[in-house]
Amino acid sequence: MNKFSSTPAVNQRAKAVDQVMRGVITTLALVSFSFIFLILLFTFKEAKDVFFDAETRQAVLPTLLSTNWQPVSENPKYGIVPLLIGTLKTTLIAMVIAIPVGVLAALYTACFAPIWLREIIKPVVELLAGFPSVVIGFFALFVLAGALQTLTGAEFRLNALVGGVAISFSAIPIIFTIAEDALSSVPKSIQEASYGLGATQWETAFYITLPAAYPGIFAGALLGFGRAVGETMIVLMATGNAPISSWTLTDSARTLTATIGAEMAEVVFGDPHYNVLFLIGVVLFLFALLLNSIAEFYIKAKLMRKFRGS
Amino acid sequence: MNKRLLGNFYIGITAFAALLIFLLVAFILLDIFRGGLAKLSWEFLTQPPKEGMTAGGIFPAIYGTVVLVLLMTILGLPLGIITAIYLSEYTTAENWLARTVRFAVSNLASVPSIVFGLFGLGFFVQFVGTGIDAVVAPKDEVIYGKPALIWAAATLAVLTLPVVIVSVEETLRAVPRDYREAALALGATKWQTTWKVVLPNAVGGILTGAILAVSRGAGEVAPLLFTGAAFFLPKLPNSLDDQFMHLGYHLYVLATQSVDVEQTLPLQYATTLVLLALTFLLNLSAILIRYRFRQKLIRT
Repeated sequence: MNKFSSTPAVNQRAKAVDQVMRGVITTLALVSFSFIFLILLFTFKEAKDVFFDAETRQAVLPTLLSTNWQPVSENPKYGIVPLLIGTLKTTLIAMVIAIPVGVLAALYTACFAPIWLREIIKPVVELLAGFPSVVIGFFALFVLAGALQTLTGAEFRLNALVGGVAISFSAIPIIFTIAEDALSSVPKSIQEASYGLGATQWETAFYITLPAAYPGIFAGALLGFGRAVGETMIVLMATGNAPISSWTLTDSARTLTATIGAEMAEVVFGDPHYNVLFLIGVVLFLFALLLNSIAEFYIKAKLMRKFRGS
Repeated sequence: MNKRLLGNFYIGITAFAALLIFLLVAFILLDIFRGGLAKLSWEFLTQPPKEGMTAGGIFPAIYGTVVLVLLMTILGLPLGIITAIYLSEYTTAENWLARTVRFAVSNLASVPSIVFGLFGLGFFVQFVGTGIDAVVAPKDEVIYGKPALIWAAATLAVLTLPVVIVSVEETLRAVPRDYREAALALGATKWQTTWKVVLPNAVGGILTGAILAVSRGAGEVAPLLFTGAAFFLPKLPNSLDDQFMHLGYHLYVLATQSVDVEQTLPLQYATTLVLLALTFLLNLSAILIRYRFRQKLIRT
C-alpha cells in the first residue's frame, strides 16, 4: 500500500495542500527576510531627525564632529570623535592579539596537530565562543583589570587596554573557526605536490597552505573585526567609559556601542540626544553590513576561483 | 639539521597559540568555579535578593531568564525553521530570491547585538506597542508602548533568527537527495515529501539548531538594556507587558552599579556561575544531540 494515497479525490486535496503550503512557506521566508530592512528602516527612522528636523539639526550638527561628548548638560555637545577614538583603540588592541593567536592556532590545528588533539581543540574554542559577553566583561572587570594594572602601572584600573584584551577573547573564536575552515579546505593535492618536491611539513604549511587559504583568513579577520566593533557588554564593563579624546592605551575610553548601552535607558524619547544615539546605531549597522559583504565576497568569489585554478 | 630546528621552532609557535586558547578557557572557568561555588546553595537559587541586593538569592533573575528564553523560542523558532525549509526545499541555489534571503540572513548575523536593541525599541516598543495601545488601551494609558517582556523576547527572536536558519538549512541539505527523489517518484507532492520524508530525517539537526539559538539568546544582555530588563522587581512578571529580571543584566548591574561592589563579589561570582552553567548545559546538549544524529546518519 502506498503511504501517499492515490485515489483522485485525495490526490487533488494533496495538491491543494501542497499549493497552500508553498504559499505559506514563501510568505514566511519573505517575512524573516524583511526584518533586515525593517532593522535598517526603523533605526534610520529614529535617527533621521538629526538631518531632517530643523530644530534637532540646529542642536546636533554644529557639535557632531567636535571632541566633546556631553549630551546631558546645560549646553549639550554631541561630538562623536572621542567615541570613534575609543572604538578604534579597543578594536585595534583586540585585533593585534586576536589575529595572530587565532590564525596561528588555526594553522596548528589544521596542519600540525594529531587528530585526537584536533578533536579537543575545536570544542574548547567552541566553549570560548559560548561564553556570554557579560561573563567575559565580568572576568575582565575583576581579574584582568587588576593583572594588567600591575603589569603596566596604569593610572586607572579600567581602561582601553583592559577592554581591548577582553574583546580579543570574543574575537579569537570567530577568526579561528573561519581560518581553520579555510586552511583545511585547501586541496590535499596541492600539499602532496609540495611534499613530492621535497618540502617539509612546516614549509608546506607556511609557504603553500597558508597563502592558499589567505582569502578565508582575511575574511575571518574582517568578521572578527566586526565583532570587536560591535561588542557592547565587555566594553561597557571594562573600559572605564570616559569619553576622552586620547590615544593613550591606558587611558579610559568609551566606545560607540557602550554609549548607546549606557545612555539609551535614561534618554527622553524624541530628544536630540535620542536621535543621535540612533544615528550611532545606523553607523554601526552600515559598518557591519559593509564588513560582512567584503568578507562574503572574499570567502565565496576569491577562494572558489583560486581552488578551481583559473 | 638547522632547517629542522627552524621548522620545530615555527611549529612550536603555532602550538603555543593553541595552548594560549586552552589556558585562557581553563583560567576563566577555574576562576569562576572557585569564586562561585562557595556562595552557591539551594537558598541562593530559590530566594529573591535581600537588603538592597547585598544578600539573598537570584530566583527572580533565573525565572525571568527562563520565561524570556521560552517566549523567544516560541516567537522565533517556527519562523526560522520555515525560512530554512524554504531555502533548502523550495529554491535552487541560483534563485535570485534565495540568494537575497541568504545574503540578508548572513548580514543579520553580523549586526551588533546592541543595534538589535535599538531596533527592538524603535520597532517593537515604539511602533508595534504604541500601535496596539492606540487600539486596545483606554485613553492616555500605556500598556504595550513601553519596554516589556514580550518586546525583549521579540527582539531576541529576531537576533537568533539567523542562527536557526543557518543550522537548520544545513541539516536539511544533509538529508540525501535519493530520499526526496524516491518520494517524488511515488507521486508524493513537494509538501508531502518535505513533511513526511525530509523533516523526520532532520529532527536531530533541527533540535541542535534550536538549542544553539536558545543558548545564544540566553547569554545576550545588550539588546535587553532598554527593551524590558529591570534592576530589581518586588514580584515576578506575570503578564507579557511586565518588566523582568535577567541573570546577565543582574550580573552587569551588580558588577558596575552596586553600592558596595566588593561586598557583593561572591554574589556576582555565583550569578556568573549559574549563567554559565545554563548556557553550557544548553550547548552541551546541542553537541550531544548532534553527535547522536550523526551516528544515526552514518548507520543508515
